[in-house]
Amino acid sequence: MKKVFSRPESLRKKFVFHYCPGCGHSIAHRVIAEIIDELGVRGTTIGVPPAGCAVLAYNYFDVDMIEAMHGRGPAVATGIKRVRPECLVFSYQGDGDLAAIGIAETFHAANRGENFTIIFMNNAVYGMTGGQMAPTTLLDQKSTTSPPGRNAVLDGYPVRISEILAMLPGTAYIERCTVNSPANIVKTKRAIKKAFQYQLDGRGFSLIEILSPCPTNWKMSPIDACRWIDDVMSKQFPIGVIKDEPAKAAGKEGAGHDR
Amino acid sequence: MQGNRIIGEAAIRAGCRFYAGYPITPQNEIPEYMAENLRKVEGGVFIQSESEIAAINMVAGAASAGARAMTSSSGPGISLKQEGISSMAAQELPGVIVNMMRGGPGLGNIRPSQGDYFQATRGGGHGDYRTIVLAPGTCQELADLTMDAFDLADRYRIPVVLLADGMIGQMMEPVVFKEPKPRQYSADYVLKGAGTGKAKTIKGLILDPLDMEEHNWKLDRKYRVIAAKETRCEIFNTDEADIVVVAYGTAARVAKGAIKRLGDHGIKAGLFRPISLWPFPTEELRRLAGTRKEFFVFEMSTGQMLEDVRLALQGYADIAFHGRPGGVVPTPVELANVIVRQYRRDR
Repeated sequence: MKKVFSRPESLRKKFVFHYCPGCGHSIAHRVIAEIIDELGVRGTTIGVPPAGCAVLAYNYFDVDMIEAMHGRGPAVATGIKRVRPECLVFSYQGDGDLAAIGIAETFHAANRGENFTIIFMNNAVYGMTGGQMAPTTLLDQKSTTSPPGRNAVLDGYPVRISEILAMLPGTAYIERCTVNSPANIVKTKRAIKKAFQYQLDGRGFSLIEILSPCPTNWKMSPIDACRWIDDVMSKQFPIGVIKDEPAKAAGKEGAGHDR
Repeated sequence: MQGNRIIGEAAIRAGCRFYAGYPITPQNEIPEYMAENLRKVEGGVFIQSESEIAAINMVAGAASAGARAMTSSSGPGISLKQEGISSMAAQELPGVIVNMMRGGPGLGNIRPSQGDYFQATRGGGHGDYRTIVLAPGTCQELADLTMDAFDLADRYRIPVVLLADGMIGQMMEPVVFKEPKPRQYSADYVLKGAGTGKAKTIKGLILDPLDMEEHNWKLDRKYRVIAAKETRCEIFNTDEADIVVVAYGTAARVAKGAIKRLGDHGIKAGLFRPISLWPFPTEELRRLAGTRKEFFVFEMSTGQMLEDVRLALQGYADIAFHGRPGGVVPTPVELANVIVRQYRRDR
């Protein structure tokens, strides 16, 4: 009998994801693992999980990993990639990790054109700590620290970090995706694979933002959460390629550096 | 050669291949030296980081990838790095952190000080951990101890702090660089991709309290070995001495000058200079107390090492103290006069 579905080699053999039902993390993990398999780079991949819901990613990925302190993934990844330019290096970060406490590390790694990839999971809340307001929380969205809904005057505005990073000359490829439907998961996979390939080609910094459902903290059913991404969240965070500079070939001025 | 530049050169000779740092006075010559010279070495990486926090986390990343890595800063910057130092201690990553102490607290000033002794010797960040702390007193020791710091960091997989001050960093003295030892370390933790084998994980998050406790005890066992084996000190002129001055770093230089002058007043004084501040050379100091001497602690702070001296001597000897915090470096004459007054009052 032909085997049509199996667990990726780059995921560990025996575990159950600890993520809540309907969460986007497990989908993103699987997609990344499939791509690592397809590119044949499991043996040379180093991942950097964050503080947050995905902190236990090293229990799932069967690749070398080092956990970073909250927000410091891009700095840790910088140290690794500069020492081991031959490795595929990715940092996996949530919205609070990347766009709040780690904004400096993210911004400057992008600005230096560090030749690694960030997987940016945007679920518009702090998930692990119980649903507090994140930099990406939408206006009027309720959270445990914006109980009546986010108020621009008191709480500021949701940050479109991908668009900001796209303005930096050091970035090569930035795309926003979502994992709320099979079709969108396929598109997400295509985007991450392209980002990893750009990195392997030495083109510099890439970031894939994934709008990820958080039914638990959004207080929705998984299906409603997926719908909310289409109906509401993607209006604030439009899906699509934000920046793509394929001409940024290895060795060219401003492209990814070995050292 | 200037002190700060000596650190850079010694680090490169010791095989340091990764440096990340952020500008802060009085240590700017270290990143400047690395920018100029580390990138010339094969595999050498210099990054001027966006922040002190980023610098220490880059060092952690580079260390996890197997490089000898270093960062440097001064007081306020070291405070920012504590998150990363704590994390490196938890993850048992080697690395060298230079602190050219300046006057504090807060922004303080940029004059030489020894106010960061507590921070350096008590771990400094959150959690139950220690770092090895080496305190050079001369430019020659800057060279020697920088090299030793990398060896110790590798041997024990621990962050090592080189604790000096703006005075030594800016000073110029002749120096001879010793031949670095070949790097000896067990590379089994190093991340380079799993190859065809098992994937490795470096982490500090241990959710089960019993497992976390065991990790703490494991670190503690390591610290006990270090405490037993890695103390260093200089004992100077103590055989005939009535008073032993206890001082480290720049303060010990001042103390040596004062000790010479005390002879003119008919007071026999010697010096006990801790070179490793953690582990503190407790046994060595206690042995001196066996002969019932008076001890005089001198620091460029309000009295921090004083506590370790008290712990070491606990009741065995009389301990007096003189300190000048805030970036003031007293002269040997001032210190000699204080000791003379103290000595005469006691008699």
